[in-house]
Amino acid sequence: MAVLVVAAHDGKTVRSNVANAVTAASQMGPEVHVLVAGSNAGEAAKSAAAIQGVAKVLGAEDAAYANWVAEDVAPLVVKLAPNYSHVVMAADSVGKNLAPRVAALLDVAQVSEAIKVEAPDTFVRPIYAGNAMATVQTADKIKIVTIRPTNFKAAATGGPAPIEQIGGTGAGGLASYVGAELSKSERPELTSAKIVVSGGRGLASGENFKMLEALADKLGAGLGASRAAVDAGYVPNDYQVGQTGKVVAPDLYIAIGISGAIQHLAGMKDSKTIVAINKDEEAPIFQVADYGIVGDLFQIVPELTAAVEKK
Amino acid sequence: MKVLVAVKRVIDYNVKIRVKTDNTGVETANVKMSMNPFDEIAVEEAIRMKEKGLATEIIAFSAGPAQCQETIRTALAMGADRGVLVQTDAELQPLAVAKLMKAVVDKEQPGLVIVGKQAIDDDSNQTGQMLAALLGWSQGTFANKLNVADGSAEVKREVDGGLENIKIKLPAVITTDLRLNEPRYASLPNIMKAKKKPIEVLAPDALGVDIAPRLKVLKVEEPPKRKAGVKVKTVAELVDKLKNEAGVI
Ligand SMILES: Cc1cc2nc3c(=O)[nH]c(=O)nc-3n(C[C@H](O)[C@H](O)[C@H](O)COP(=O)(O)OP(=O)(O)OC[C@H]3O[C@@H](n4cnc5c(N)ncnc54)[C@H](O)[C@@H]3O)c2cc1C
Ligand SMILES: Cc1cc2nc3c(=O)[nH]c(=O)nc-3n(C[C@H](O)[C@H](O)[C@H](O)COP(=O)(O)OP(=O)(O)OC[C@H]3O[C@@H](n4cnc5c(N)ncnc54)[C@H](O)[C@@H]3O)c2cc1C
Repeated sequence: MAVLVVAAHDGKTVRSNVANAVTAASQMGPEVHVLVAGSNAGEAAKSAAAIQGVAKVLGAEDAAYANWVAEDVAPLVVKLAPNYSHVVMAADSVGKNLAPRVAALLDVAQVSEAIKVEAPDTFVRPIYAGNAMATVQTADKIKIVTIRPTNFKAAATGGPAPIEQIGGTGAGGLASYVGAELSKSERPELTSAKIVVSGGRGLASGENFKMLEALADKLGAGLGASRAAVDAGYVPNDYQVGQTGKVVAPDLYIAIGISGAIQHLAGMKDSKTIVAINKDEEAPIFQVADYGIVGDLFQIVPELTAAVEKK
Repeated sequence: MKVLVAVKRVIDYNVKIRVKTDNTGVETANVKMSMNPFDEIAVEEAIRMKEKGLATEIIAFSAGPAQCQETIRTALAMGADRGVLVQTDAELQPLAVAKLMKAVVDKEQPGLVIVGKQAIDDDSNQTGQMLAALLGWSQGTFANKLNVADGSAEVKREVDGGLENIKIKLPAVITTDLRLNEPRYASLPNIMKAKKKPIEVLAPDALGVDIAPRLKVLKVEEPPKRKAGVKVKTVAELVDKLKNEAGVI
């Protein structure tokens, strides 16, 4: 039986993590289909068809799907699910919102944030902020799985796969989208950036984050933060890295004025190289850092920005 | 309107957990347990609704062993009115918890249910969405701000790109995110008062719910450990290492 990947998208392209989900899905079954539900989402469907390993794209057009209201998209996925062995989504804010609703409607369990596919019915997933790894097996006929994108390589470009148009399921009237206040940024998206510069409470103000922006821009990096920095209002919520924020695994993660609480480490300890800048030499962040530098960030960061070459 | 809040008993977020040597789970004996932090936020939100005259009664729900009574007492000390414990020593997975909650919702008929977006032990982030599905209700997940008005609610949600506003029909299930509010501490007089508040204890069977686990935990292991690296003295040394040793810039 084939595996269905449910793709989040912006109407023009599917999110980059769909390519990671396709890789995970291809380890669960012999054939991968991608569902692109939306309103005027033809371009997004084409972008899904161009992912290597995708055998077919299902394009579902319905005004009700325009803004990913889970109450309206879930019935569509539930309708399609019996034709598949697995339904797979990336564990981002769309997947986390939708997948459990689908699972409960099908009366099956969900495997959250799988980081490894051991067998089509067996998955490894982190629990306790990544301080333990559980191997779980599901006996359900339809398996609902969200995957952690950073643990699966993105599938290459290929195709194009055929796109089949299917009908929509309409609006249920339970919920409606009003609007969004999205953080505008020219920088690479946090979860797919090759380099991430992250700031914590040590930055002491939102104004001081400009210093990190300068460094990030020179490195072509994405910007992240600790919960403390978000709670204090220095940066928007979508910057939060950690157990209850975003999980990142870039080639280089630079933690600046961040102590290294387990909840923060949960979101970045799979980074290839970690650099910590902190004035407290006992800070736990140094226990996971490949390169640590003890000192005042207000002195070190401008020096570092001056010393690196522009990308 | 009645508001039902879920309070899960979990290992305290400050505890450094240990994986059992037989790889069946994590060590929970003699470990400090607390209310899941996201559930403190749920209780606080319900209390604020009551203070504003939007809620008439707050019921704190928990499922698990007898000790969950302590977690419910904490919610009562914060300001919830009464508790419901579905008592079982069996392993509970999110779908089972959602079914137990649905049974209690059917009985109590609350106008709103508030749960945490995720429990910090199992990190599933499922229960609220599953409950909404089982009830056929709307869901306001990862709530950053909640405004309840006649028959509907406006929810500001924390999403990948920032914040999103939705309008949902009541009754609904809300799941809390970190910035929804800052939970209060219970005062000593309120802790004393909470001792007299009622807690109803129910069995899963009595609710007619099958709680058998759907996921079998084959093993639980330690994650690979990261080794601490080196400390460098100067920025020049750092840049050199990043370029020539790690090859990342
Ligand atoms: C339910 C729950 C969920 C959570 N989820 C997350 C999460 O997803 N992500 C997350 O990050 N946290 C999370 N936390 C919070 C976490 O426990 C920590 O409180 C938080 O990570 C601390 O942030 P911080 O390191 O910026 O602040 P602090 O711990 O206050 O550390 C600041 C650091 O900056 C250093 N510093 C200060 N000034 C300077 C200077 N001038 N130069 C150099 N260094 C300086 C200090 O030495 C210190 O080490 C969660 C907590 C709970 C309870
Ligand atoms: C390796 C392993 C070992 C386990 N061992 C045990 C065990 O020994 N005993 C055991 O009982 N379970 C055990 N579990 C099951 C696990 O604790 C359940 O999955 C859990 O009850 C469901 O919560 P969650 O963290 O998955 O849900 P989430 O969906 O992350 O929780 C979201 C919210 O739902 C509400 N909620 C969830 N569960 C409850 C609850 N029980 N009561 C009240 N509100 C709740 C809370 O508001 C919470 O904030 C184990 C799981 C694993 C993977």
